[in-house]
Amino acid sequence: MSDDDDIILSELDDEELVLQMHDDLYDGLKEEIAEAVNILLARAWTPYDILTKALVEGMRIVGIDFRDGILFVPEVLLAAGAMKEGMGILRPLLTETGAPKVGTMVVGTVKGDIHDIGKNLVGMMMEGAGFDVIDLGINTPVEDYLAAIEEHKPDILGMSALLTTTMPYMKVVIDTMKEMGIRDKHIVLVGGAPLNEEFGMAIGADAYCRDAAVAVETAKEWMARKHNQKTSA
Amino acid sequence: MTATTLASLLDQKPVLLADGATGTNFFEQGLGPGDPPEFWNLDAPEKVTELHQAFVDAGSDIILTNTFGSNAPRLKLHKAQDRVFEYNSAGAKLARAVADAADRPVVVAGSVGPTGELFEPLGAMTYDDAVKAFVDQMEGLKDGGADVAWIETMSAKEEMKAAADAANICGLPYVVTASFDTAGMTMMGLPPSAMPHLLDSLEKRPMAVGANCGVGASDLLMSVLSMSEQPGDMVIVAKANCGIPQVKGDQVEYTGTPDLMADYIRLAVDSGARIIGGCCGTSPVHLAAMRSALDAHEKGARPDEAKIVETIGAIVNPVSSGANKPPRRSRRRDR
Repeated sequence: MSDDDDIILSELDDEELVLQMHDDLYDGLKEEIAEAVNILLARAWTPYDILTKALVEGMRIVGIDFRDGILFVPEVLLAAGAMKEGMGILRPLLTETGAPKVGTMVVGTVKGDIHDIGKNLVGMMMEGAGFDVIDLGINTPVEDYLAAIEEHKPDILGMSALLTTTMPYMKVVIDTMKEMGIRDKHIVLVGGAPLNEEFGMAIGADAYCRDAAVAVETAKEWMARKHNQKTSA
Repeated sequence: MTATTLASLLDQKPVLLADGATGTNFFEQGLGPGDPPEFWNLDAPEKVTELHQAFVDAGSDIILTNTFGSNAPRLKLHKAQDRVFEYNSAGAKLARAVADAADRPVVVAGSVGPTGELFEPLGAMTYDDAVKAFVDQMEGLKDGGADVAWIETMSAKEEMKAAADAANICGLPYVVTASFDTAGMTMMGLPPSAMPHLLDSLEKRPMAVGANCGVGASDLLMSVLSMSEQPGDMVIVAKANCGIPQVKGDQVEYTGTPDLMADYIRLAVDSGARIIGGCCGTSPVHLAAMRSALDAHEKGARPDEAKIVETIGAIVNPVSSGANKPPRRSRRRDR
């Protein structure tokens, strides 16, 4: 195929189309992603399969090249924007088609910190995996986390921080939850560039999640454990 | 002291010593996690003065005001966006008083950090709004007696330009440093080699450009090498974290000892930096060690990566081996 040939997305077979979607996500092409999502829907793909095989897998590749210093924030934001476009189409369908509701998550970037790229990706991918996500945004004080916990009774609380100077605030939130005796009612997941496993354990979180994909896997795992505990109880 | 202090000090001395960290030292002085440091300019000015004094006593030629986050978009997070002028003017006055009481010339550099907003089209911030936010901040800094606007920890080219424009509008000389924390570049993908000539199109160029914060001190020295090998005679700033931030239990500690920071300043001089200080984790004790090392040091041969790694420690976030590879696949269709 020469460089001058137009790609007609609808003429690609499923496998090629999905690969093309990975490329288009990588290049942040919103319209092409929306078109491809609609084509796959017309071919009777389930919204869940489109989400995981095309969009989430595409973002996984973007994530790897970001981690490896090949892509930088502007490219990742464009890719996330394209993913969002696809999610916009899939979200109502995921609810409609009764993609199983896995659980509820409240997520926010901690007080003093305004970085939300990673947190937004986590939110989107958790939604994609069937969670209800309540996003508290950036600069979230402990009071706001507590109010959201009270209101939404989430299975999972997610906290994000990009700065070494703001990550200690996660402990403030967890300690407050302990004082109120509600810490063990929720799964607490933490993430962000400067964190590591040791920090997550030391502040009393249930798990540290290296990236958005790991957050989804970890969330599912903990939900399964919680479910098992309930059944065995 | 006048606004020409920094220029005349650069004429007199081969290398100037800036100061150390503000935020991490304030934590030691009791600042809570997530609390905005600039509030202390009005609520606990004696603590701000104490830190400035400690740095001047340790030998700083330049002290940075406690105004890093004092622009409207950031103060808005703490519902204090209407007090931009107050916090900046108060912050500059605190540093000014300490500088004026010193027995030698000390430059008051008005710290200006990023707005935290993404510029159009990635985000909502317009160029004009950014210039306005920086002008508002710098008017306060100027009122409080800052000699120079010290634009730091930047990552986006447009934001640096907006802040530089603002400094020119306010008639303040300015310095610009960026944080090269992502595979040797800023998180927006700007390489250090672009810094010396980044603002050539402006009416007044910066007095100095450089690197601050980022990840480890070794990484920062690599950025300095990259800047100082560019043509022209731009003054280069090195303001590295105190070693490497490491998570110890629920705390973040910096690996840098006073001895390591003494090694760092010698290497920074050899790498071509003319204004050198510390960033996160750098206490007055570290700074005093840097002063002694600087005073006793004769500029030596330009170090290479091996020498830096051997002396200071491994590069935390090296330039990607894949950074120069061609794009993976591009879309095979006209758009």
